[in-house]
Amino acid sequence: MRRLIEGSEAIAEAAVAAGCRFFAGYPMTPFTEVLEHLARKLPEAGGTCINAESELEAVGMAWGAAATGARAATGSTGQGLALMQESFSEMTLAGLPLVIFNMSRGQADYFQSTRGGGHGDYRHIVLAPMDVPEATELTQLAFHLADRWRNPVLVYGDYLLAHTYESVEIAPIDHGTLPAKDWAVDGSAGGSGKSRLVTSLGMSKDRKRGVDPESLWKDVAKRHKEIEATEIRVECGFTEDAELVVVAFGTAAKFVRYVVRQMREEGVPVGYVRPISLWPFPYAALAEAAERATRVAVFEINAGQMIDDVRLGVLGRAPVVAIGGISTDASGFGVGRLLDTEIIRERIEAALKGQEVQA
Amino acid sequence: MSTDTFLPTDVPPTRPSRKVEQLKPDLLLHSNHHLCPGCGEPLVLRELLEVVAELGVAKRTVGVAGIGCYTAFSGAIDLDLIQALHGRAPSVATGAKRMLPDRLVFTLQGDGDMVNEGLQEVIHTAARGESITCVLLNNGVFGETGGHMTSTTVIGQRTKNTLDGRDGSYHGYPILIGDLLAQLEGTAYAARGSVHNAAGVASTKRMLRKAFESQLRGEGFSLVEVLTMCPTGWFIPTADGPGYLDDVLGTVHVTGELKADGKLVTTAELRARSQDRARRAAAPGPAADTV
Repeated sequence: MRRLIEGSEAIAEAAVAAGCRFFAGYPMTPFTEVLEHLARKLPEAGGTCINAESELEAVGMAWGAAATGARAATGSTGQGLALMQESFSEMTLAGLPLVIFNMSRGQADYFQSTRGGGHGDYRHIVLAPMDVPEATELTQLAFHLADRWRNPVLVYGDYLLAHTYESVEIAPIDHGTLPAKDWAVDGSAGGSGKSRLVTSLGMSKDRKRGVDPESLWKDVAKRHKEIEATEIRVECGFTEDAELVVVAFGTAAKFVRYVVRQMREEGVPVGYVRPISLWPFPYAALAEAAERATRVAVFEINAGQMIDDVRLGVLGRAPVVAIGGISTDASGFGVGRLLDTEIIRERIEAALKGQEVQA
Repeated sequence: MSTDTFLPTDVPPTRPSRKVEQLKPDLLLHSNHHLCPGCGEPLVLRELLEVVAELGVAKRTVGVAGIGCYTAFSGAIDLDLIQALHGRAPSVATGAKRMLPDRLVFTLQGDGDMVNEGLQEVIHTAARGESITCVLLNNGVFGETGGHMTSTTVIGQRTKNTLDGRDGSYHGYPILIGDLLAQLEGTAYAARGSVHNAAGVASTKRMLRKAFESQLRGEGFSLVEVLTMCPTGWFIPTADGPGYLDDVLGTVHVTGELKADGKLVTTAELRARSQDRARRAAAPGPAADTV
């Protein structure tokens, strides 16, 4: 049944539909409503939602739940996620599935999401939905990918996604069966000589292996290479004959797509690339689109972060220009004046003419 | 304390050493470890594993290890185990316990782990009344980094970064974590033991048993703090460890039950009782061994 619901509620319902049974979080605008909805919905589904006393504790609790094999998640805004980074990187090394929701204050957490603020060689799969229906799908996909790869997966949303009401139908999506979690601890193997250890330290109960962080780190790097080869998600429009290719992600991409489609109807040779997975980033799609384009423009609501990845993908095939910029409301949480189809159109037109756009 | 009863270690032994007794608990895969001679931590681990075995709950127990010297045992403990980050074990244990409510869940943490890095986590975990047992190995120093001050280091104690002894006005004052946690409503049981002598070892084991039994009855949070020797981190001869524990750590972090059966006892009260006992023992009168 389709219902008109808020993005936060849709995400919470999608998480429950995906089998999430543990959530711990700390309120912070604009993420708070995700926590509110899960606090109500998870116990109804036989799960647990803890209003943790800090973000550090929230991620620690999710760590413990995930280690038992339960589908677990946490979330916050980029500020709160900054506090969780040590656990994020260490859980990646421990091979633990976790879903992280970032209802960010704008798009300035691109670096945090894709590069991380934690330590060591680690990567997270990052999925950036452009609207509420896609968020319900990507939330369920996130839980599947986290289990499939035993790796944290971050869903990048924002104020607009969390608070927009859209008509959605949430039903469990079958992503296929996954192998049993034979690594998880349930407390039943004590005294058997085959008890389990979930660790990020490269330590093993196998005496011959002992402590071997180098092998662990190499295994993790190998896993990330495999993810890079298989989990790229991207939407391209009109790139086969576009003179100007506009790149955008998340909610901003929906505005850009709307403008580009409108201009195409008028015969203007523009196209768009919308990275859905921010890591792994669709470098090849960018390279291909840039092959025929005379210019690539990046529209992101920040001082210029994704543009680094766009440049890596384009790799000199065409000039890359920024047409986005810092833009927010008086609170710093929400939507600023840049997220407006008329302004986006002006900036795309300027980029087409080769004019510089003031951020 | 006299060290006369110990063999001097600067000359080769006159007799070859021999194994007196096999003390490896069944729930330890092997007893190879690199902990220093005189360390108190393996003693506590042995007792903990013995209690789990005696309660018959080895097949429904999850341990969560913090970061410290004792982490070396994570690969040797034959229980399902989650390795946590420094300070985060109570939160990790919370998540595990909520998903596995019928399991015995315990954490193993040092004073640096619990009282420095993870103080907030252990307080909130106790306040929530999480049905887990936190086992604190308190030696008053960061043993693993080589003997640095922690939040339980006592006034006057020499560490690598309090070379002239901890000065309250400059370095701050020690935290009596047992008292802090015992007063919280979510805490069902709290006790402070030590492993510096046979009586301490025996009473610590009773405390561990009571804490685990309390958890299995679902009464709430429990804490067993155990004072352990760290002669390396205290910069004293190995054999002086037990005496130093008694004289320095033990006079501040006084051992005894702090909360049991709903009854609260403060460390100050335990200290007054122990001073009282000492006074009576020192009072003129026939010595015990002459009666």
